[in-house]
Amino acid sequence: MSVVGHSPPSFFKRGPAPLAKLTFFVILSVLLLVADLRFHTLEWVRLGVATAAWPMQRVAYLPVEAGGDLGKYFSTLATLHQENDGLRKKQVAIANLLLRQNHLEDENKHLRALLDMRARQSVEGRIADILYAARDPFSRKIVIDKGMQQGIADGQAVIDDIGVIGQITRVFPLTAEVTLLTDKGQAIPVQVQRNGLRAILAGAGAGMLELRYMATNAEIQPGDILVTSGLDGIYLPGLPVAKVIHIDHSSSFSFARIQCAPLAGVERRGQVLVLGNRESLPAPPEQPVPEEEKSNRGKHVKKGH
Amino acid sequence: MAVQPTHASNRILLPARSWFIMLSMAVALLLNLIPFGHLPGVPDWVALALTFWCIHQSLMIGMGAAFFLGLAMDVADGSVMGQHALAYVLLAFAAGGLSRRLLWFPLGLQALHVLPMLLGMQIVMLLTRLISGGEFPGLLWFLSSFVATALWHPLTHLLLLPQYRPTERDDNRPI
Repeated sequence: MSVVGHSPPSFFKRGPAPLAKLTFFVILSVLLLVADLRFHTLEWVRLGVATAAWPMQRVAYLPVEAGGDLGKYFSTLATLHQENDGLRKKQVAIANLLLRQNHLEDENKHLRALLDMRARQSVEGRIADILYAARDPFSRKIVIDKGMQQGIADGQAVIDDIGVIGQITRVFPLTAEVTLLTDKGQAIPVQVQRNGLRAILAGAGAGMLELRYMATNAEIQPGDILVTSGLDGIYLPGLPVAKVIHIDHSSSFSFARIQCAPLAGVERRGQVLVLGNRESLPAPPEQPVPEEEKSNRGKHVKKGH
Repeated sequence: MAVQPTHASNRILLPARSWFIMLSMAVALLLNLIPFGHLPGVPDWVALALTFWCIHQSLMIGMGAAFFLGLAMDVADGSVMGQHALAYVLLAFAAGGLSRRLLWFPLGLQALHVLPMLLGMQIVMLLTRLISGGEFPGLLWFLSSFVATALWHPLTHLLLLPQYRPTERDDNRPI
């Protein structure tokens, strides 16, 4: 009996055995994984496919957008009902007006905070809306509605009105991917605001951050604010990043375990500011490699065998 | 007449159309592109549709299609290239290999076979990403496989609908 329905399988055109096929495709997938993870050579493929699939992605985004619009529609209806009631009852009308004024005031404050931050810095910023969180559950990334067309480039810092939220890691023509600070692969050079102690802050997953490679006797207290040190040439110095919440001085580790919570609304929806490229710092002076060491290197490798 | 899409039923289905398979895959891909963020329990539609067709039409769709669908998902997800491809290829292999046995079971038991396949696929993805330094997404992430399993029954009826049409077209038929 045939599995396909009416037509019997063509016995001589079955192709290679399933196990051979499986081996082939598994090896191909693993090669792709290595090429992407180790050598990062597949970005152009990704860019091409993503650009071609943009209309499809846009269509898929429609239901989410429609959901938001539906919410708005119903809230508009509710306001209309309120206003209708308000014509009969003056108190309700006043309450309604007050509510709306509060909302506008909040919005104004938010925008002013964004503009103020931009004014304080010398680099140019671009306001972008967060579209959605990327689907990949193993990383923390968000997608914003500005891309190559609007001058967004890889490596630019992304902030909101409170502090740094992440960095642009992938740019598409009309959108860009922001890796949040809480992503496990994301690190940012910071300094303690109180005493200027420099350190590296890395994502620890689950919405938390971790201050790495700090000696157990380092002078850090819970409640310390960490700001960007600006040493990396990417982030402007002095942007608030995180707050120390817990320090574990366990002697079983050579470094202290310092947990931090992000200050900015890293996992929140809303508007963000993408900062333009900073003027690059002067390159560090090259360390002259002694001739002896150079010639020894090859020999050493050979000895290792 | 009760609809019984298993080999145990006496009903002979029409052959599946390849365009319908492609259409269902495209719809699944579109459903997967809807950005739900990290909402738990949203099934992986492509994996589900792929399992379905690999079981029902194991000669028409297999590991090659799984590989390319996986690549498409890798790009759409913004995940590492090859992650979905590897998992889908293994899923297609398991589904294709089990198809002859599976189709003799009633739908509930079929779903019970599909669950470990989908969970295995998720575990493969998890291992690939954990090795490369990803973050553990939490146990709730596995919920999507259970939701997908629960959808197996309705999905079977939906995707087999075109094959239930009568062979002879009768213009006077009321429906």
